[in-house]
Amino acid sequence: MATKESGDLDREQQAGSVAVAGEPAAGAASVAVGAAPELLAQSLGEYGKIWLRRVRSGESGALPVVVGLIALGIYFQSSQSHFLSAINIFNLMGQAGWIITIAMAEACVLLLGEIDLSVGFNAAIGATVTAWMVSIHDPFPTAVAILAGLAVCAAIGAIQGLITVWLKIPSFIVTLAGLLGLNGVLIWLFEKTGNIGLGGVISLHNTFLFDLTTGEMTPATGWIVLVVGVVLGGAYVITRDQRRRRHGLVAPPLGVTLLKIVLAGGIGAALVAVLNVAGGVPWVVPIVIVLLGIMTIVLTRIRFGRYLYAVGGNAEAARRAGINLSRIRVLAFTFCGLLAGVTGILYASLLGSISTDFQGGQYVLYAVAGAVIGGISLFGGRGRMLGAVLGGFVVAVIYNGVDLLGLGAAGQYIWTALVLLAAVALDALARRGSTPA
Amino acid sequence: MVANSAGDGAAPAAVGAAPAMTGTTVAYPPLLQLRGVGRNFGPVQALIGVDLDIPAGQVTALVGDNGAGKSTLVKCISGIYQPSSGELRWKGNPVHIHSPRDATNLGIATVYQDLALCDNLDIVQNMMLGHEQLKFGILDEVSMELTAKQTLHDLRVTSVRSIRQPVGSLSGGQRQAVAVAKAVMLDARLVIMDEPTAALGVSQTELVISLIRRLADTGHAVIMISHNLNDVLAVADRIAVLYLGRLVGVGPAAEFDRQSIVDLMTTGASARLGNGHGSAAAIVPGARTGSEG
Repeated sequence: MATKESGDLDREQQAGSVAVAGEPAAGAASVAVGAAPELLAQSLGEYGKIWLRRVRSGESGALPVVVGLIALGIYFQSSQSHFLSAINIFNLMGQAGWIITIAMAEACVLLLGEIDLSVGFNAAIGATVTAWMVSIHDPFPTAVAILAGLAVCAAIGAIQGLITVWLKIPSFIVTLAGLLGLNGVLIWLFEKTGNIGLGGVISLHNTFLFDLTTGEMTPATGWIVLVVGVVLGGAYVITRDQRRRRHGLVAPPLGVTLLKIVLAGGIGAALVAVLNVAGGVPWVVPIVIVLLGIMTIVLTRIRFGRYLYAVGGNAEAARRAGINLSRIRVLAFTFCGLLAGVTGILYASLLGSISTDFQGGQYVLYAVAGAVIGGISLFGGRGRMLGAVLGGFVVAVIYNGVDLLGLGAAGQYIWTALVLLAAVALDALARRGSTPA
Repeated sequence: MVANSAGDGAAPAAVGAAPAMTGTTVAYPPLLQLRGVGRNFGPVQALIGVDLDIPAGQVTALVGDNGAGKSTLVKCISGIYQPSSGELRWKGNPVHIHSPRDATNLGIATVYQDLALCDNLDIVQNMMLGHEQLKFGILDEVSMELTAKQTLHDLRVTSVRSIRQPVGSLSGGQRQAVAVAKAVMLDARLVIMDEPTAALGVSQTELVISLIRRLADTGHAVIMISHNLNDVLAVADRIAVLYLGRLVGVGPAAEFDRQSIVDLMTTGASARLGNGHGSAAAIVPGARTGSEG
């Protein structure tokens, strides 16, 4: 049953690339040296051969993290038979949501070669603002509360970005101050909320916020969303390839594209079927997929994303090309803050509350671990948002699996550490094997 | 004829008004004229009264020993430094280039020695960096790829397998070609190349040399800084020699040989140059021969 485990990841992966189909080439998949097989192969068979050759030469893309997930799935399933049960997969989705989004947040700044250590507590501040606004005697509309929480987080990110570029201090230091300072602000906020946050806890009494991670769509809705998503995504990819061919440019063979669409649909169908046994697809799944879609567009389809990779790859080259480095850096920190805000809301939704016990210092390490496991380089410029999603999912799987095994906190830390080391070691070894001539 | 233009650095020299050189017909008027260009760094005079014409359609090699002022001169043209004295004329009109942006707007592109490419981006992304084409706010990959493809085709850069491969996977010559193509694509009229063949192998050097030739043949003015006299003699139409901030020799490449260039570079004078020319036997900095034109 391990295939199911790998299945839902592939689904996210495929759904992401189908829904967004961002990069027509190796651009976003810049871990790769050499052009993407899509652009060299003329047929399905040739595609397979080129892909295999690239994997052997170390350009494995998302393969290690997918293989790692399958291995983890097999191990946890064989040690604890509940791991791949429908109800646990359902729970896993809810647990994975905020870990994935915090990894996505961190990815925004890692791509620049920067780091944001405050992302965890930033998330908690946003969640506190939102939770407080819907809990007061005369509550704000939920949408306003959510937007306010996101805005506060984005502003905190922007301010840290501004300090970094104005004073030319390493972001490590600025956000370390942010980590400490925001922890203090979090406690101060709870003091200010009076009896709402009594005892350092604000409980969510808001159905909408609750349902983000624990609520599910009806089984029928799940199927409809899947079919619509796959059809729209598939149609987009095929028309885009046709447009490239019409202009005499290289496009992936139709066979490869169709295979990918069928694969995405099949994996999606398997996931929907399993989750429907547990009641339906939790809302957090489409939320994460939509976020992945938006962030992939931001990173690969608009100017900001292109400049983000350029600055992360070679800041001097970017500067000479007329790119405003400060603007890109501040924007990246703002996106990081915004996604931290999403993280805070998903976290509060999962726990049903937000409290001063929030482990912001620890969660930022999940964020970095997830992004790096997903292939995002700490030195900037390399990696994809999809990688951050998969890497975050790996962390969540460990979290969930080790919990099922009853190993507690000790096990979780050690496992995460080992997987992180393994992922980085694999990446380093692969690159050593493929040093370009 | 080799003209010496080492003046006192202030007044534009009378010489060099006519671009035509002895023995060659210049098909284009000088695109860029430097008149008495000087540059101080505090008390240090890095450039002293440089008069130089950069004609379109020709490769002008700028040679000189370390510290001769080659880079300073190029930076004055590309807007990184402002000349302390003298003036630049672009198509005959005096111009002030205050920033690299000004230079780009005039049509001056500089290909730096370190190339300034992003290894993680592919060829198209690098070439279009900072000048992306958009369609409804979304990057228009198809038209950018077509533009890049056309530019590379015009320069006959055909050795890359896919223009969607990351620049990090290219050879040194290919990277140089991408950097040049990037410069040319911005409607550059003058392309400045800083040590374009440094650190390249033989075949890669050939690729770059032919690329430089093609740039000139397509009507671009090219300034090439180089230490490699083989490459200079192979591709340059005109050679300008700097010695301690002064222009000590400039003229058609045919009038120089390896030894005369080395002499000029190292001593600021060459006894060999006069031989067979019947003009000044040696060109001494500060002395004016007025033999140009």
